[in-house]
Amino acid sequence: MTDIIQALQARFSHAIRETTEFRGETTLLVDAAAIVDICRVLKEEYGFNYCVDICGADRFTEEERFEVIYNLTNLEKRLRIRLKVRIGEENPVVPSVTSVWRAANWHERETYDMYGIRFEGHPDLRRMYMPEDFEYYPLRKDFPLIGVPGSIPLPEFDKKAPLKEAGQRYNRGEQI
Amino acid sequence: MLQNNPFADGFLTTTMDAITNWARSNALWPMPMGLSCCAIEMMAMAGPKYDVARFGSEVFRMSPRQSDLMIVAGTVTYKMAHVVKKIWDQMPEPKWCIAMGACSSSGGMFRSYPVVQGIDQFIPVDVYVPGCPPRPDAVLHALMDIQEKIKHQRHSFRDALLSEEGLAKLEQQREREQEKLVLQK
Repeated sequence: MTDIIQALQARFSHAIRETTEFRGETTLLVDAAAIVDICRVLKEEYGFNYCVDICGADRFTEEERFEVIYNLTNLEKRLRIRLKVRIGEENPVVPSVTSVWRAANWHERETYDMYGIRFEGHPDLRRMYMPEDFEYYPLRKDFPLIGVPGSIPLPEFDKKAPLKEAGQRYNRGEQI
Repeated sequence: MLQNNPFADGFLTTTMDAITNWARSNALWPMPMGLSCCAIEMMAMAGPKYDVARFGSEVFRMSPRQSDLMIVAGTVTYKMAHVVKKIWDQMPEPKWCIAMGACSSSGGMFRSYPVVQGIDQFIPVDVYVPGCPPRPDAVLHALMDIQEKIKHQRHSFRDALLSEEGLAKLEQQREREQEKLVLQK
């Protein structure tokens, strides 16, 4: 593992900002511009053929608010590595790694859906879980847990419930 | 009643409402709307141990056109709500609905942005079953409650025969009679 890190550091000395090791897990903090190149080298030369997950994080800081995290595995040698990319709030754009692993397609769509991070060069960047006309990004820290009232339409309650006005609930819970 | 029966054995006098309700309540065909873990308990209810066939509801219809009881078993998200509503609309009248489990009754433990906080926001629910998930006997009890509800329904035979226009006419007639009564007073 250390020789891979050293080789990467020698090759991308300007792009790798930080290397941390914690309980046998190696994490590299990488510049967004170099992520595709580093991923391609890791896959083609060091055999990290399995892109386990790509996810986002909202650090809720002034600078470089969002983080995209890539978990990679070399199935043959049983090695794992984690790459992190940090981006600002105003223009959260990261180059897409779908050209390296095709599996990254849905992972990036999910990250886009939840955090609003756009992936440049993604073939089909649509929302994954939320309705396509949804306006918010639900895993951002400034999004309320219970959601924005009225942001997702419900089907209309057209049939009159017995003894109740249309749409009125039996239990007096809070409507969202 | 049989002892005073003027038609001898083999006859029984009753009302059409009572016999309609009896027929309906003992053959409630459920539409299984299994959306999450509650569906497993719903299947257990249909299985040999709890045996919902004792109450005439063993025929789980996968087509809403053939069923008259919808068991919403599980978490309903906002995206799924439209599907549930569509299936509910496809079921022929008369129809009933069981909200099985905490999630479909009130959103349950998912007090968060994608989950509808109770399916009664978009379809009328007859019986709510608490539990996470409820035991199969609790669902059986809900079924029996619905049967009880059906048995106490009035004018079920008339309503089954008349169209909506006919029902509207009846309603108008009743209103007119009410007005007359008020005027007489």
